[in-house]
Amino acid sequence: MSRLGTIARRTFLIGSAAIAGGVAFGVYAYKREPENPLLRQLGDGQVALTPYVRIDQTGVTIITPRADVGQGVASVLAALVAEELDVAWNDIRIDFGPPSAAYYNGVVTAEGLPFAATNDGLIARQARVVGDAVSKFLSLQITGGSSTVPDAYEKMRIAGAVARDVLLQAAAKRTGIAKDELKTSNGSVITPRGESLSYASLAADAARIDPPKEVRFKPEAEWRYLGKPMQRIDIVAKSTGTMTFGIDVKLPGMVYATARTNPRIGGGIKRFDASAAEKSKGVIAIVPITGGVGVIADNTWRAFKAASLIACDWGPAPYPSSSAAMFETVAASFTTQHQDSRLKNDGDVDAALQGPAVLEAEYKLPYLAHAPLEPMNAVVQLKDGRLDIWTGTQIPLFVVAMAAEVAGLRAENIHLHSLYSGGSFGRRLEHDYVRQAVELAKAHQGRPIKMTWTREEDMSHDVPRPLGMARMRGAVRDGKVEAYDLKLAYPSVTGSWFGRLGIPTFGPDTAIVAGAWDQPFRIPHYRVTGYRVPEMVPVSSWRSVGASGNGFLHACFLDELIHAAGADSLKELIRLCWHAPSRKVLEAVGEMSKWGSDPGKDRGRGLAFTLSFGVPVAEVVEVTNTPRGIKIDRVFVAADVGKVLDPDNFENQVQGGVIWGLGHAINCELTYKDGMSEQMNFDAYQALRLYQAPAIEVRAVDNGSAIRGIGEPPVPPAAPALANAIFAATGKRIRELPLNKHIEFV
Amino acid sequence: MQLTVNGKTHQVDVEDEMPLLWVLRDVLGITGPKYGCGVAMCGACTVHIAGEAVRACSLPAVDVKGDITTIEGLGTPEAMHVVQKAWAEHQVAQCGYCQSGQIMSAAALLRVNPNPSDDDIDQAMSGNLCRCGTYPRIRAAIKTAARELKGRAT
Repeated sequence: MSRLGTIARRTFLIGSAAIAGGVAFGVYAYKREPENPLLRQLGDGQVALTPYVRIDQTGVTIITPRADVGQGVASVLAALVAEELDVAWNDIRIDFGPPSAAYYNGVVTAEGLPFAATNDGLIARQARVVGDAVSKFLSLQITGGSSTVPDAYEKMRIAGAVARDVLLQAAAKRTGIAKDELKTSNGSVITPRGESLSYASLAADAARIDPPKEVRFKPEAEWRYLGKPMQRIDIVAKSTGTMTFGIDVKLPGMVYATARTNPRIGGGIKRFDASAAEKSKGVIAIVPITGGVGVIADNTWRAFKAASLIACDWGPAPYPSSSAAMFETVAASFTTQHQDSRLKNDGDVDAALQGPAVLEAEYKLPYLAHAPLEPMNAVVQLKDGRLDIWTGTQIPLFVVAMAAEVAGLRAENIHLHSLYSGGSFGRRLEHDYVRQAVELAKAHQGRPIKMTWTREEDMSHDVPRPLGMARMRGAVRDGKVEAYDLKLAYPSVTGSWFGRLGIPTFGPDTAIVAGAWDQPFRIPHYRVTGYRVPEMVPVSSWRSVGASGNGFLHACFLDELIHAAGADSLKELIRLCWHAPSRKVLEAVGEMSKWGSDPGKDRGRGLAFTLSFGVPVAEVVEVTNTPRGIKIDRVFVAADVGKVLDPDNFENQVQGGVIWGLGHAINCELTYKDGMSEQMNFDAYQALRLYQAPAIEVRAVDNGSAIRGIGEPPVPPAAPALANAIFAATGKRIRELPLNKHIEFV
Repeated sequence: MQLTVNGKTHQVDVEDEMPLLWVLRDVLGITGPKYGCGVAMCGACTVHIAGEAVRACSLPAVDVKGDITTIEGLGTPEAMHVVQKAWAEHQVAQCGYCQSGQIMSAAALLRVNPNPSDDDIDQAMSGNLCRCGTYPRIRAAIKTAARELKGRAT
């Protein structure tokens, strides 16, 4: 096994035993900072003062080494640097930077740890330090898990402060004025006499100065950018059609391509007949690729058309061919043999759940596609032993490693140019589409090739969120929730994803139980057990990952128990909650929604709470039961991410997360027939449209908690708050998603 | 065939059934209109033909009767259209991929209905999908643009 594999085995999926093994070594050996990748590729007159700051004669460029898939990380990361570096917002340019170990994400593994985010004990804290070291060791330059901001909050400010310090030192040297008599302002050093030396003019000197070991941050009271609404760096381009997404790249001599692979994912292709396609107008080449065939043509539409003319003889699906058979596999997995984890086991659940008063329920969740609006695509050019790739990706280093292997090149000959993505929601944690493009480039060297999937190809190869089932039992006593036994069965997202990346995983997959086992409630008898269903369709992270389904399952049945106890949902959740920041969030949403007041005729309110990615979020949904179906009127959201770096983007992300959660809960599922997804386009997979979008009121509750990201945490409570509201308005408990299988929506 | 796009006339030699979207994107290099679904279900490709919102992915280029305006022709970063300005002011975009189409649908709505009600906005905008969920801001930006237009008219 490779060295990487060995270390991964010892430390990665991070069961507690593994932590004892690889830890000290990992932290010790990897304390050293990785090399600054910018130094290797500086142009004339450019200097790179840290891996995050590049200066040349035209000004300052901030490297924002995370994928911007719409969540606005480019802007917030730039602001962290700009705040300390002291540059004017309008003068900032950003660059996603080269793929590099220097840009590892030290927080992304934290959610995989068997410690709840609310656990601040010594071992949990040490494990997070280890997680950071593991990420550094594995060079996990990854965007995901709402980890960008917590990972970058200090790193990027340090980068700005360090760069400013050496620029000040350079100015001191040049002017003979003591450093502490100099000031900075908007990209220049200012002398006491008011002379101005631009950073660009100082950069070459500054690059020769050793960076300081310690820097002091600006006091928060002096922040110009952070904590205030900022104009997103990309907002004008995105409002004028001038943003270049991966799909918009234009290069001289470029040709266009598409790919068709077996819609029974992984089933392979036995043979194909391209005789009709070859005659189709504009076709340049037809190329066999892994699992299917690619078409290169002189425009995308001609490539699509020719690809549709290829008669393919596909292999059978390597998994059960129908949704019914898949759910049977899930149902059969609630066994000791498939038990994956039992991270929560308080009191004596078995004893508490004796007798006739026990409540029982079974819930079902479907596979769900990410379906970002920009279909998967990549532009590639393999020429004279150099491979260039232009695409949006959350895993740049994995893309480089894969491309090197497929093209038979060394990694230094792979040049990945990261671009803005038209959404992702987890989809660009895969690199299947880039692999196909590289295979095309290898077969057809010289000219740049833009490979774009049809929507149908995209939907049928989505690598969805897993389907799942839950079996619950519970009991109430004296108007209180007394016992809650939750069994969750899913295929493992973590195992499936790391498997595709070639990294072995061990121990339990916390994604199976995330958003359930780690909730901050004290129920006398409380147990959460995860069961690992064999992988069927390959599955992957979908906005909020395990919590996306478990938020629904955990919160809905808890609402059932509270109702059975005859208690008020808000009061009982607050009573059960031991975590002060979470209680405050619940109280806030109660106040915002005027919980307890009469909602009016035919109306109902539902409450749900989920803590995920360290962020407690409470949501109240209000619905009206109209004669034509359920109308979602309003949503109230309270969340605690600690300090909010950009209140405007915070609100947008929360609203988007709520709409994501509601839309998929209402009407989305991937069902399978003959091994293929039956939903191929947005006619059959709509989610929310504008006419259904409710008003969404958002409040950030800052309890002084550690800073967190907000991309994912608003998603999990949305669906259960809606289902609970439907129950309140109609008396109908819906235990299966999508909800429109059981009730109409208007 | 001959197409007039953003005031400029182009001669293109393509099959009759080739959708306008791909003529714009791959033949003329106008990439503001986006490919999202190919079947007029998402609206990312929306352009104006003689001022009306049309899904370019599902309209054969040969059937285009009238001048075409794409998002690039509506306004530019230096001189934004009132709808684009409202979009920037409200910071509507997240990923931004659908927003060319959203803006074109909104501009077409405001051209014929400068004071749209919520229902009018629902009607005009529900053919445009936004996977990021920016609908509350789309609604607010349309109202801001409408107010701005009203101010100009008086």
